[in-house]
Amino acid sequence: MKKWMQFLILIGSVTATGTLLASGGMEEGGGSSLPPVSNPKWKAECSSCHMLYHPGLLPERSWKKMMGGLDQHFGENASLDAQTTKEIEQFLAANSADRQTSRRSQRMVKSIPVDSAPLRISETKYFAAKHDEISAATFKRKSIGSAANCAACHKGAEQGNFSESQVKIPR
Amino acid sequence: MNKILLVAGVAASLNAFAATPQELLRQYEAQAKQENAAFAGFSAERGASFFRTERQHSNGKQVSCATCHTADPRNQGKTRANKVIEPLAPAANPQRFTDPAKVEKWFGRNCKDVQERACTTQEKGDFIQYLVNVK
Repeated sequence: MKKWMQFLILIGSVTATGTLLASGGMEEGGGSSLPPVSNPKWKAECSSCHMLYHPGLLPERSWKKMMGGLDQHFGENASLDAQTTKEIEQFLAANSADRQTSRRSQRMVKSIPVDSAPLRISETKYFAAKHDEISAATFKRKSIGSAANCAACHKGAEQGNFSESQVKIPR
Repeated sequence: MNKILLVAGVAASLNAFAATPQELLRQYEAQAKQENAAFAGFSAERGASFFRTERQHSNGKQVSCATCHTADPRNQGKTRANKVIEPLAPAANPQRFTDPAKVEKWFGRNCKDVQERACTTQEKGDFIQYLVNVK
């Protein structure tokens, strides 16, 4: 091959790699997006009062504690029949953050002390570190409500996409 | 034991197919008659008052059904977690009161949240009667 052709190919591949990295395609090793998961009961029951939280956002021990206390769910009664509770709990456990390979779930798990089982995602160190530039007043905006409303700023939150490039903070 | 059988029977009858709010009301009516020999029908006015009347919750807050559902049941409401609640009145939302299991699930939760006790069959019937009458 002629020298100038080799040079052109080299330039081309460097540019392509750069573009791929910049687009976020290869950012964060195992992928930053949580994998798509689905269960009709989880979807129906866990999104009638609040946004649908991906199971990969909390460890299994948190989900078990959550499902064991639905009669006092953040101050509200969210009781389900025994069979539905069991099915949803199994689904959450099987897809919990400690079973995920995504970088985000793994970092979340690492930020939680092993002897604690937080129920609020917003109380984890991982969440706090990721949102340290967001003021309490911003979270309280009418358009947001609280830190529990991920989807206000992360429009792909329910699908497990929290990519920074997708963030749009409403006024 | 008889009471358990009665409750089981009523639950089974409520789970039976009910396609319209009127059919659901008839099921609650049958249940109310069984529970109370002096039952004298459901009242939309009592239901309206039940819907709007605030009470002090043990957490210190003033609460009513209207707190989340708004004072006009033809309107969308909002949960504490900022999620839209579709209107309660069948006139605005034909899906309402067509699924007995769903109706019982939400009475079960919300009566405890607002009244801090289970609702009576009379209260449930009055409530549905009111909402069905809203045009």
